[in-house]
Amino acid sequence: MIRFSKVFKAFTKDSLALKDISFRIARGEFVFFTGHSGAGKSTVLRLIYADEPPTSGTVWVLGSHMHEVSRREIAGLRRRMGIVFQDFRLLEERTAEENVAFALEVTGARHNAISPKVMRVLTQVGLAAKAHAYPRELSGGEQQRVAIARALVNDPVVIIADEPTGNLDERATRGVVQLLRDINAMGTAVIMATHDLSIVRPTSYRTVELQDGAIVFDSGEGQVPMTSGA
Amino acid sequence: MRLTVREALRSFRRAPVLSLLAVTTIGFALFVLGLFGLVALNLRATLSGLAERVEIVLYVTRGTPVEIVTIAIGDIQAFPEVDEVEYVTEDQALERARQELTEFQGVYSDLETNPLPASLEIRLKPGFRDNEHVTAVAERLQGFRFAEDVRYGGDWVEKLDRLRSIAAAVGLVIGAAFGAAAVIIIGTTIRMTVLARGREIQLMRLVGATDGFIRRPFLLEGAIKGALGGALALVLNYVAYAAVSRALFEAAFFSAGQAAAFLLFGTLLGLAASAASVNRHLPAT
Repeated sequence: MIRFSKVFKAFTKDSLALKDISFRIARGEFVFFTGHSGAGKSTVLRLIYADEPPTSGTVWVLGSHMHEVSRREIAGLRRRMGIVFQDFRLLEERTAEENVAFALEVTGARHNAISPKVMRVLTQVGLAAKAHAYPRELSGGEQQRVAIARALVNDPVVIIADEPTGNLDERATRGVVQLLRDINAMGTAVIMATHDLSIVRPTSYRTVELQDGAIVFDSGEGQVPMTSGA
Repeated sequence: MRLTVREALRSFRRAPVLSLLAVTTIGFALFVLGLFGLVALNLRATLSGLAERVEIVLYVTRGTPVEIVTIAIGDIQAFPEVDEVEYVTEDQALERARQELTEFQGVYSDLETNPLPASLEIRLKPGFRDNEHVTAVAERLQGFRFAEDVRYGGDWVEKLDRLRSIAAAVGLVIGAAFGAAAVIIIGTTIRMTVLARGREIQLMRLVGATDGFIRRPFLLEGAIKGALGGALALVLNYVAYAAVSRALFEAAFFSAGQAAAFLLFGTLLGLAASAASVNRHLPAT
């Protein structure tokens, strides 16, 4: 589903954000990218959702070579992904329901198909009762659930989550991780970047650890990480 | 389409002051443009009024038989440039002089013989009242054997011609300048909206919206702002016209068709300016 081969990424002339990165992620897999801040986790994710092109090497995502895709193809690819951020990125002047519907509307979904789909995913993330609440009326954990609902509403093949628990307390963190596990259990791949090893350790999911832009550890598919680097 | 309309209107609701400011600024830019249009319109009406007075006078040699003059009138009327020909007899000329030149009334009434010649007054059709055509017709008239003299105020017609071309050139230059100012203003307001909504645009991209889809609400917003600015400009122009008509002289205002064209111009201007602005700023967001 996703393949990186000898990928380098430089934002400035002098320093490399990613060095010789190679890995594969299969459909339905759950993968953690770990490492300290600045290790390159977010850059890997940005390359996956085509926010940045690789400087060299090849990146394949959902059958597309990311060096050759047009802006239009990128839009098409992103409709098959759901992206979740640490800062939620919800539109403040829209309700939870409207924020989720927004993702469907911008892809040109039929008007009468939007509402049932939105309610389905809001129910899935446990927020159906707060559909009409504005982001400022929701807790951090609830806002992140809305963001996950928005990522889910287009029935993506993969959810890409960049430090989704970075702004959350322990209880909300547990809830969001459990939600992502449930989503994965239903067949959607999840790629999550986190520096919080307390999330990673209790799971048996694949872990890829980055340090200074290079992969220093990859537990392999379905392996329990043996070292943490923490 | 629904979303495009909703998003465009949302921008007005979300930043009412900025939107009002944009519409007002566009309105004033178009107002000045419209004001200039009104001046051009009235100037044209005045010039064409002046042009109506362009006339060629052929003085008939004394003693020419009336039959010959009558036949010539038929010939002259057949000229493609000629609108009408009026025959002024010697007696009519004297009568006119008595009426019009009141200060010489005594002189004219004491005359034993009429010193004034008969004449043909020739008026040209609209479109032929310029120097070139007037001179050409006058030259042709000089070919008549009974023509003692042909007068047409060559200097005056030439000046009128020059005035007409200057008015057209100034109109074009100033019109283009204010049109450009309106484009820049609309472009800037749209740019502010694009930048203010950078976060939303980024999010639209991340959830898979195409550039065309992102662009559409901005284009509609620009068109609406242009149309509203155009409407405001029309109202302001009408106020200016009414004030001038009441205080100074009876002026002319745009016809319904011209007013509609003005509104359409404002709308297209808004659309074009926002298209240029969005194309320039969208890739950066």
